[in-house]
Amino acid sequence: MEKIQGKVFKFNDNIDTDQIYPGRYLDKSDHQEIAQHVMEGADPSFKENYQPGDIIVAGKNFGCGSSREHAVITLNAAGVGAVIAESFARIFYRNAVNMAYPVLICPGIVEQVTAGEEIEVDLVEAKITLSSGEVLQAEKLSDYVLNIFQHGGVIQMFQAKSGQEAGQK
Amino acid sequence: MHALYKILASHAGVDSVTPGEIVTANVDFAEVNDLYLQVLKSYEAMGGGKVWNPEKITFIFDHFNPAPSIKAAENHRQMREFCFAQKIPHLVDINEGVCHQVMPERGWVRPGMILVATDSHTVTHGAFGAFGTGVGSTDMASIMQTGKLWFRVPEVIKINVDGILTKGVMAKDVILKIIGELKQDAAVYKAIEFTGSLIENLSVAERMTICNMTVEMGAKTSYIQPNEEVLKYVRERYGDDFTVYQTDPDFAYAAEYHFDVNNLVPQAAAPHSVDNVIPVSEDHLGVQINQVLIGTCTGGRFEDIEVAAKILKGQHIPVHTRLIILPASKEVLSRCLEKGYISDLMAAGATIAAPGCGPCLGVHQGLLADGERCATTSSRNFPGRMGSTKAEIYVVSPATAAASALEGKLADPRKYL
Ligand code: SF4
Repeated sequence: MEKIQGKVFKFNDNIDTDQIYPGRYLDKSDHQEIAQHVMEGADPSFKENYQPGDIIVAGKNFGCGSSREHAVITLNAAGVGAVIAESFARIFYRNAVNMAYPVLICPGIVEQVTAGEEIEVDLVEAKITLSSGEVLQAEKLSDYVLNIFQHGGVIQMFQAKSGQEAGQK
Repeated sequence: MHALYKILASHAGVDSVTPGEIVTANVDFAEVNDLYLQVLKSYEAMGGGKVWNPEKITFIFDHFNPAPSIKAAENHRQMREFCFAQKIPHLVDINEGVCHQVMPERGWVRPGMILVATDSHTVTHGAFGAFGTGVGSTDMASIMQTGKLWFRVPEVIKINVDGILTKGVMAKDVILKIIGELKQDAAVYKAIEFTGSLIENLSVAERMTICNMTVEMGAKTSYIQPNEEVLKYVRERYGDDFTVYQTDPDFAYAAEYHFDVNNLVPQAAAPHSVDNVIPVSEDHLGVQINQVLIGTCTGGRFEDIEVAAKILKGQHIPVHTRLIILPASKEVLSRCLEKGYISDLMAAGATIAAPGCGPCLGVHQGLLADGERCATTSSRNFPGRMGSTKAEIYVVSPATAAASALEGKLADPRKYL
């Protein structure tokens, strides 16, 4: 898996899924349309200001609220490089893992980075390199989760499995 | 082991499970709501084909019912076609209500089950001694393929609630108080069990309200040991082929909290977060309210509408206030009709909305404009949750909502009951 590099956009604690992707757009299912509303509830100017690859750094409980997978789809389709948070809400985290969308848990991160600084993320090692050169250790992904990432997501895992089964027949 | 662990272990085909462990368990019942056309897309991408068991899957059209946009109508159409093609008998169309209410009413929720739905408030089913949890579309598509899902076994937090509520103080006030104290990330990735003298005596509806809101603390699932009333509710709708698990006396909880609710006053989650909880007392009374919503999977049951009807019967709401009654289900609406509550509420100035999610998630049937304020019996007050991001939402009990509708401002219901 490649390293992710980008500029930091900072958000507070408890960024809920309505802020990541407002409920009024939930009838959309085209990923590019969904990408148009990324982070709109939290910061309507975000989508004008970020560049693909840029990284969201947030406080505790990122992605709380509803179970909408749109919240991960919008970040992924908009090309937001990764989300690093002090902690994640469970369904958001699961949805992200299932889609192999890069998420890392790193307590204390909000204090340690400045908005706008360039950082680099190594997902496999769970290491974050700051612009100063300092390296932060985030929580390592479990083997179970890494395996999903290595397949590129749960759907791809299913496809690989049915491919193998077809091959064995 | 905890009762929840026994449920997980029995469904994973193992003798025991420990917190932190990842297990793959059989799912007893799965629900997809109408926000999730993505489930069908992911399902196709995984190879499509026949679903694992059509009898154990339901599609419920509750968030967009009746369809408020052409896109939503299109989602419904594709989901209906999927159900017909897959011979899924439990298609719950736009005429029924919110999934978390409809499923227990239909007898689809029983003690000892694992229920998974594409909705975070699936934790409601802890009220029936079941393991209920919400997932996104990819997880749901895997369940529809295999009937199984991986779970990380959660630690369990115990919240002990003792005391007797005074008139006008409801289960909703209890859970708001708890969330206000413990905060919205208190139970991320954990399960919450409620015990104590108050909990033991709660009705089915009250248990559902309490369990429903545990997801606002991040809980993966919730649990209340079923009592006779719960078992009776389930037996009447299903029969008695289910297992009630018990927690071993030596089980070590990850944390324990105690609440005494003897002197609890009505509570409100003030804008803009559900843990920003204040007492509905002197300091906060009198905030002007433009809209009141009494309904949803959190506060739209028969008992909730009943208390509102009692407060509002023979009265009328002021001209600057709107009152929307949104019964959680058709069954709830029918019972309220029989009792005359709906006519009483209409006479008091209420608008009746179709049983379902309505404006709870900011899609239709009563959105808020810039600068407006709403008192709601639903569960969330994030910015923009019910419309404009510049609106303000107070999450309250049905009694407080009704009193607030009557006065046109945030009001203490105790003087009306
Ligand atoms: S009523 Fe509200 S909280 Fe309940 S399922 Fe519907 S949108 Fe979610």
